[in-house]
Amino acid sequence: MAGLTLRNVEKSYGALTVIKELNLDIHDGEFLVLVGPSGCGKSTLLRMIAGLEEISDGTIAIDGKVVNDLPASKRDLSMVFQSYALYPHMSVRKNLAFGLQNLSMPKAEIARRVDEAARILQIEPLMERKPRQLSGGQKQRVAIGRAIVREPGLFLFDEPLSNLDAELRVQMRVELAALYERLKTTMIYVTHDQVEAMTLASRIVVLRGGKIEQVGTPEELYTRPANLFVAGFIGSPRINMLKATVSGGQAKMADFAAFALPDLGTRDSELTICVRPEAIQLGGGEVQAEGKIRLVEYLGAERLVHIDLASGQRLLFHAQGADSHRAGESVTLGFDRADMHFFDSSEQRVEPALAEVA
Amino acid sequence: MRKFFRRNTAGYVFLTPWLVGFFFLALGPILVSLYLSFTRYDMVSAPVWDGLGNYRYMFEYDRRFWKALEVTFTFVAFSVPLRLAAALGVAMLLDKGLRTIGVYRAIFYLPSLLGASIAIALLWREMFGLNGVINQVLAMVGITGKGWITDPDTSIYTIVVLAMWQFGSPMLIFLAGLRGIPRDLYEAAEIDGTSRFRQFRRITLPMLAPVIFFNLVLQTIEAFKTFTSAFIISNGTGAPADSLLFYTVYLFNEAFKFFRMGYASALAWVLLLIIAAFTALAFATSKYWVHYENERD
Repeated sequence: MAGLTLRNVEKSYGALTVIKELNLDIHDGEFLVLVGPSGCGKSTLLRMIAGLEEISDGTIAIDGKVVNDLPASKRDLSMVFQSYALYPHMSVRKNLAFGLQNLSMPKAEIARRVDEAARILQIEPLMERKPRQLSGGQKQRVAIGRAIVREPGLFLFDEPLSNLDAELRVQMRVELAALYERLKTTMIYVTHDQVEAMTLASRIVVLRGGKIEQVGTPEELYTRPANLFVAGFIGSPRINMLKATVSGGQAKMADFAAFALPDLGTRDSELTICVRPEAIQLGGGEVQAEGKIRLVEYLGAERLVHIDLASGQRLLFHAQGADSHRAGESVTLGFDRADMHFFDSSEQRVEPALAEVA
Repeated sequence: MRKFFRRNTAGYVFLTPWLVGFFFLALGPILVSLYLSFTRYDMVSAPVWDGLGNYRYMFEYDRRFWKALEVTFTFVAFSVPLRLAAALGVAMLLDKGLRTIGVYRAIFYLPSLLGASIAIALLWREMFGLNGVINQVLAMVGITGKGWITDPDTSIYTIVVLAMWQFGSPMLIFLAGLRGIPRDLYEAAEIDGTSRFRQFRRITLPMLAPVIFFNLVLQTIEAFKTFTSAFIISNGTGAPADSLLFYTVYLFNEAFKFFRMGYASALAWVLLLIIAAFTALAFATSKYWVHYENERD
């Protein structure tokens, strides 16, 4: 088990800085997910932790011990690669044992660990096969097996599920969560898929352009996004964003009636107000507007209702359960002030004193 | 049959220049040489049928034939592994990413273009001669050299060294092969604490096996056919003491010095069979050491 501390970590390639003054504490035994759009530096950060990439500045410490100059093999960690990185000329058994054979470990112990991993991952019937004889999901299991046989203090996953088809990805996601419950070892997991991040993480780190946008539990990120980027990135279907102007204690969004808004702690007169699709109410809500249903996407237990407002703004309403709304229908919709997220012109979250309004 | 041609017409049209060359310039002489190998033929009078006479003479009486085989096998046994090792070594250095890689590739390929030339063979003869550069360098460190080429015990190794120096074409193929090995495999091995040597032995070599196999077969064939350097360095005779009597040099002398065309043709066919046997041997053993990633079972 291992905790991890990153202090003022930077990475640049020549003039290009991909990670900027990054600070992060990763707790012992947590499942930390690094998430962000492609090119945000999440994989680079993981490779720096692994020791595959040198850091340009700052320190990385594992269990309080600075590992900047320590080679990857001395950091007591395992990594699962996006490509699986299985040795194509070795059987599954040999792939699993390969890393252990470097450790002058007794043969019986190697065999025990390999068999144990095979049992956990249910790949026992595949042990004598070569990687080319395996399906994508099976290769993925072997790759994970190769990581767990080493019984490391830290697991690193670099987009491990992105080469799998959708159905298998969901299945492996559940298995990874179960594996974490079983091992309770520190895991750092890189993905661009916010659903993976939400479902797996103890805590999520949202990265953009080499900087941390927010760190928090999935619930914190969802219910209190620190900025507009996180609000838009976390949550599916995507959050609704509406422009608003504030003057004299009143906020006004196009299509909606003005409503009282006390001191936000910002002098900005331009705000962005975000509302989750499931917080929209048809025929209710404290702040209301008239709209017309453009499209209804039927998803079985739920449906996504796309609504056009008079000014051309579009809103998404996430309807649960039975619902008889049809495209073309005119509706009144609204939402409560408690469900609104406010962001100032620099896209940072601002908190209104809602208690005073009520 | 008609369907076959309809589907492949374009292919054959593109192959035409080569096919014309092959049928008129290569296949004809090949078949004629097979016929001549069963005859006595001095290029002046008509060939005289001799059955297996040439072959019987070759295996039963011709000591120089056996000597030529010994020289050629020695050369193949030393030059092929050394050239492949040099090629792989340089390819691995280049693969580690020298900046001006294009320039280096060209520089390292140059010996392969030059090495087969008469000029380099002449130069080689001078370098390894009694008063050549090699002995001058050795003299500097107090070693008295000898005539490396005039001594029958060492002459062949000067040509082995020359052959090793011509590592360019297998090197380029190795380099392409090395580039094709995914970085991830080495990174995974690195995290597992695999030593460089073990990475080479357990990842690089097996991943490269198809390329090694290809180079091995090609270079073995090349080595059996070595002619120019031995011919020039030995003044066309195979001297000293037949120590440079490469098979091809012997064949050339029989054909164009003594005008025993029938016998020379027989020698050529035996060489072909030897090369074919070695190639077959390589293919037969390959299933034990060559792993193809996309192979189906």
